[in-house]
Amino acid sequence: MAQMNMIEAIRSGLDVVMDKDPNVVVMGEDVGYFGGVFRCTDGLQRKFGEHRVIDAPIAEGGIIGTAIGMGLNGLRPVAEIQFADYIYPGFDQVVSELARIRYRSGGDFFSPVTIRTPCGGGIRGGQTHSQSPEAIFTHISGIKVVIPSNPYDAKGLLISAIESDDPVIFFEPKRIYNGPFDGDPEKPAVPWTSHPKGDVPKDYYTIPLGSAEIVEEGSELTIITYGTLVHVAQAAAKIVGVDAEIIDVRSLSPLDTTALVESVKKTGRCLVAHEATRFSGFGAELVTTVQEACFYHLEAPIERVAGWDTPYPHAFEWQYFPGQKRLAAGIRKVMEAA
Amino acid sequence: MARKSRLHIPHPSARPGDKPDFSYLNLAPAGSVEKPSIDARTRDIEHLSSGLVRVLDDEHRAQGEWDPNLDPEKLQVGLRWMLLNRVFDQRLWQIQRQGQISFYMESKGEEAVSIAQGMALRAGDMCFPSYRNTGLFLYRGTKLVDMMCQCLSNTRDMCKGRQLPILYHNKDANIFSISGNLGTQYPHAVGWAMASAIKGEDHIATSWLGDGSTAEADFHHALTFAAVYQAPVILNIVNNQWAISTFQGFAGGERRPFAARGVGLGIPGIRVDGNDFLAIYSATLWAADRARRGGGPTVIEHVTYRGGAHSTSDDPTKYRPKDEWADFPLGDPVERLKQHLITEGHWSEERHEEVIEEYRVKVTEAWKEARSFGTMTEGPFLNPIEMFDDVYAELPEHLEEQRRQMLELEGS
Repeated sequence: MAQMNMIEAIRSGLDVVMDKDPNVVVMGEDVGYFGGVFRCTDGLQRKFGEHRVIDAPIAEGGIIGTAIGMGLNGLRPVAEIQFADYIYPGFDQVVSELARIRYRSGGDFFSPVTIRTPCGGGIRGGQTHSQSPEAIFTHISGIKVVIPSNPYDAKGLLISAIESDDPVIFFEPKRIYNGPFDGDPEKPAVPWTSHPKGDVPKDYYTIPLGSAEIVEEGSELTIITYGTLVHVAQAAAKIVGVDAEIIDVRSLSPLDTTALVESVKKTGRCLVAHEATRFSGFGAELVTTVQEACFYHLEAPIERVAGWDTPYPHAFEWQYFPGQKRLAAGIRKVMEAA
Repeated sequence: MARKSRLHIPHPSARPGDKPDFSYLNLAPAGSVEKPSIDARTRDIEHLSSGLVRVLDDEHRAQGEWDPNLDPEKLQVGLRWMLLNRVFDQRLWQIQRQGQISFYMESKGEEAVSIAQGMALRAGDMCFPSYRNTGLFLYRGTKLVDMMCQCLSNTRDMCKGRQLPILYHNKDANIFSISGNLGTQYPHAVGWAMASAIKGEDHIATSWLGDGSTAEADFHHALTFAAVYQAPVILNIVNNQWAISTFQGFAGGERRPFAARGVGLGIPGIRVDGNDFLAIYSATLWAADRARRGGGPTVIEHVTYRGGAHSTSDDPTKYRPKDEWADFPLGDPVERLKQHLITEGHWSEERHEEVIEEYRVKVTEAWKEARSFGTMTEGPFLNPIEMFDDVYAELPEHLEEQRRQMLELEGS
């Protein structure tokens, strides 16, 4: 085991899988010589050469489109989109092509592309460097969507994503690249070394896609969340003093419905939280999934806490971000309901 | 691994520790490119896209047909704006380093593009800038204090706290809102120009992007529409050699000059010395006159160098020689116009230093005033309630409800 932050864990995941499979290639803006603007690919070009760690033109549609072509020709491309906010020029290639190639060719063709992209706010990034667009992608049949909340999961899930024969969009919450963030911007930053999930095996291991994790066991309430908000939810549950079961969804699509349903059947109360905007957000899917399976076990309406339905404003980052206060208010509401 | 890759991977001429090498640039002496009439047929002027339009020679004299013959007073005005641009950038960079603003991007080395083009265009011409056109905002009369307030996201911020620093706009001055995404403004400029033509007006549109952004699909959409409809638009490619860590070869600059990007579509391209104020002014006026006369679009490539880091988040010493700019054969645009004016007897070192000092004071005063409208840590602060405005023309019910919830929480 080694102490790693999320950047190092992602790099390590790429490293071991590239060692194992010569067909894995990495491509993206600034990923090669420079090692990526967040350093996730630092050193990989030196180790694997510039024919496997490829600097790309600034063309997200081009990166995704050509990654698909490489995948069709036997490679296993990992494309980096520098910020999730930049992914939209590649949207047509994801929706109309990547997601449907297997289906439309009757299973004859497939392209096992993984798209890695940093998402989320809390870094003073304004409306073009803070978005959480996961729900736009979970709405598409044919691609998998993953969002880890810690270094250990990031590495294991990334390796599974790359080795999956289905395309995967792998969102990396950049606010927690360097340490867990509990939603309080006034507190000094905490490094991953202080967190058990900062302990990461140096070697190959996988975490299967489609498996949620119970981060904390509890009996009074289930909090279903993912990404940065896993840590915020833990802090908020402590503030309220509720015995909450906190579930990190990790894999949004496919979704581990069983884990969610079993927990809510046990606790009878449920809060769903994410950083992305609320309206048509992934929370709507989570709430419906729980409601359909747990209706007769519920003691209160399911509560949703999410980003407001506005673009991410530069000046109001902390009023926008669904922090401890909003989560705590949501928890109280669910707990106080009859 | 037994197999051997045959893929071509572009390599910059120098990396950290190497001696800078700009031999790839394909330069031409000042005055060597002839200036065609504005109604020249596109096929007859293809050479403009591979040559290099230069007016200022190595002795700082103006040469050749592209000399715009500007009054010394006008050139002094140009130099002053470039100096203000540079002093403003230096101060704001420092301010970011002190943690007083969250982010900054400077235009160092590229000031001539914004100022010379700003001066060559008419006030009614619409600009669709990139994030390295700060000089354009200055030249078109945006107050220093307003630009600083935008960077501070304070109570006087034109963007109401919604944008990253430097993503300005100025509607009254006909400058569109800068996007944080690359190249998206290019088709907007073409559409604006198409509308101008539809309405029978003689305003033209202009847009700017970097060499790196020419790879984006929006660039190609813009050129196609501009060519098809002969839109009155000037499409500028500011080739500053670097897109963060990737050199211009990763945007295809190894094969043909960026000015030639439009040639296949029948759009004339002019490759201009982007550090030569006179050449930029002249080429812009030529393209603007041509567009106004119904001659359609022009692509202008400005060959320049990104004198600073990509942004305050970047460290260029990791990927390019530290002193590379000093070896750039086209020099520094401010220094070159200064030396030209001194050579012609219309400027002096003393005057130059005086102007810089004058601007330092001006910028410092503006910063003091800007701070009085609020900083990141000290009020007055914008009211977070405004976060919900302008998502739609009118506040819908669900946002009204979220605004109420936020107020309740903020108050608790």
